[in-house]
Amino acid sequence: MMVNELLKDPMVLREIILDHYEYPRHHHLVEDESYHQAHMASESCIDDIHVQALIKDNIIQDINFEGVACTISTASTSMMTELLIGKTLEEAKEIISNYYAMIDGREYDEEMLNEAISLQGVSKQANRIKCATIGWHGIEQLINESEEDHDSKE
Amino acid sequence: MLDVETIKKDFPMLNGKTMNDKPLVYLDNGATTFKPKQVIETVNHFYNDITSNIHRGDYEIAYKADVAYDHCRETIAKFINCEPKEVVFTSGASASLNMAAYSCGLCKLKKDDVILITEAEHASNVLPWFRVAEKTGAKVEYIPLTQEGRISIENFEAAMDERVRIVAVASVTNVLGYIAPVKQICEIAHKYGAIVVVDGAQSVPHMPTDVKEWDCDLLAFSGHKMIGPSGVGVLYGKYQILQEMEPMMLGGGANSRFDVCGNVLLKEAPFKFEAGTPNIEGVMGLDAAAQYLMNIGMANIAEYEKELHAYMTKELSKLDNVIVYNPNGDSGIVAFNVKDIFSQDAAGYLNSQGVAVRSGNHCAKILVNFLKVSDTIRASLYLYNTKADVDALIEALKTCTIENCIGTFF
Ligand SMILES: Cc1ncc(COP(=O)(O)O)c(C=O)c1O
Repeated sequence: MMVNELLKDPMVLREIILDHYEYPRHHHLVEDESYHQAHMASESCIDDIHVQALIKDNIIQDINFEGVACTISTASTSMMTELLIGKTLEEAKEIISNYYAMIDGREYDEEMLNEAISLQGVSKQANRIKCATIGWHGIEQLINESEEDHDSKE
Repeated sequence: MLDVETIKKDFPMLNGKTMNDKPLVYLDNGATTFKPKQVIETVNHFYNDITSNIHRGDYEIAYKADVAYDHCRETIAKFINCEPKEVVFTSGASASLNMAAYSCGLCKLKKDDVILITEAEHASNVLPWFRVAEKTGAKVEYIPLTQEGRISIENFEAAMDERVRIVAVASVTNVLGYIAPVKQICEIAHKYGAIVVVDGAQSVPHMPTDVKEWDCDLLAFSGHKMIGPSGVGVLYGKYQILQEMEPMMLGGGANSRFDVCGNVLLKEAPFKFEAGTPNIEGVMGLDAAAQYLMNIGMANIAEYEKELHAYMTKELSKLDNVIVYNPNGDSGIVAFNVKDIFSQDAAGYLNSQGVAVRSGNHCAKILVNFLKVSDTIRASLYLYNTKADVDALIEALKTCTIENCIGTFF
């Protein structure tokens, strides 16, 4: 329960965002045919990132990203990679929808989002919602593609 | 000199508004501008007292609306020194530039002709030309900018040749705020028989405009950037050129007669370009806006902005955490970044301090190649800004750290 208590402290939450911005996780792309890639460019701002994922046996084996982006999009995408790697597609989709619920200011399950709850304040700045979801929309797109591929092969 | 304190009283947006519980400091005048009560009242007068359609009423209020609408052509003619019949009302600078491209470019260009623009143009003065080039087989070429980002006469002369049929440049660019040598450009271009289209969106609101002195062929600008309403703008054209242009939109008001066989007789310019019911209240508001600015005097406004701009650049240059990209800008526009902070994060922090600026690439996406930064913050001044506004920006920038940017989310 230590972790959850810490996640209630705004100072800690700020540090978490800063840490993910300054040292983003999985922030490099690999040249590997088995990865699927999505190019996400926001129409309204300058965020422009690539997200790639290796999805095999219904599990997200790996996620990477890179690009030009603000603190919120970098930190949120970095957190996303940590939350979703190793999850089944069903688990991942549930985490994603919880995250969107938080960003939209709706009810959500804190347990499921771990450090990403540091971004809950974005729900109060509507102009930054796109930043906080750009990477998440990327992985969502890759999951959908992978499921379509899978369906068409069956 | 301007009596800014008196001017400010005319603008309801400046009467003690707050943003994020801080006094509102508006420094995004390049995007749009606040309106004085004279403009608001004029628009309201149309709604409250004389709502009716123009050019077709047989009754008193329609006649009044008609007179008010037509009056604006005379006001704008004074404002930019042309004939009233050379003023076409559009929905804004973008519409005017598209009209220049489709109504003029499309008729005049053929394969291998050249349209000359610069890398500092706003998307609205780039994309229509790309399209017209694609349709006609003409090519878009660029006047090389100087190291500072300006058009020099030498560079322009070197880029000119017989293939160039159209030159389209901003008289003031929207990111760097440099004044282009429009008069010389027109002189040189005309020697080759090329048409010069001027994007005046960022210059007409801020300094005197004299199309006769420039001798430009077409000029585009927007009402909302000059304390007028949104959704209204102007395409000025030398009358001969307007007459040669084909309207891209047809309909009621643009024709004088037509028959079932499809024979159409168009009205003369400018009316042939104004098909459909126009933005009547917008045009009336634009009239009030231009009169307001002329009463103060465009030269006074330009001088005041220049002084305020010098103050802003000087104060910004004292900050160690700020990089200014156009220290020698000629208008009220400053492009800068806070070191190591993404422009949108910094603008988000300034917002939390009540300061409205714009981050991004400001619709001048090809300028990125030139500046070598993907995006900047732009602060842009107008006649109602004061040194106190600049000081508020400076104070906010002093505390603009990455920690504080993130802090705005808590
Ligand atoms: C230089 C320049 N040209 C054209 C435009 C387009 O003006 P509008 O959006 O009013 O059509 C702008 C507006 O930002 C501008 O700055």
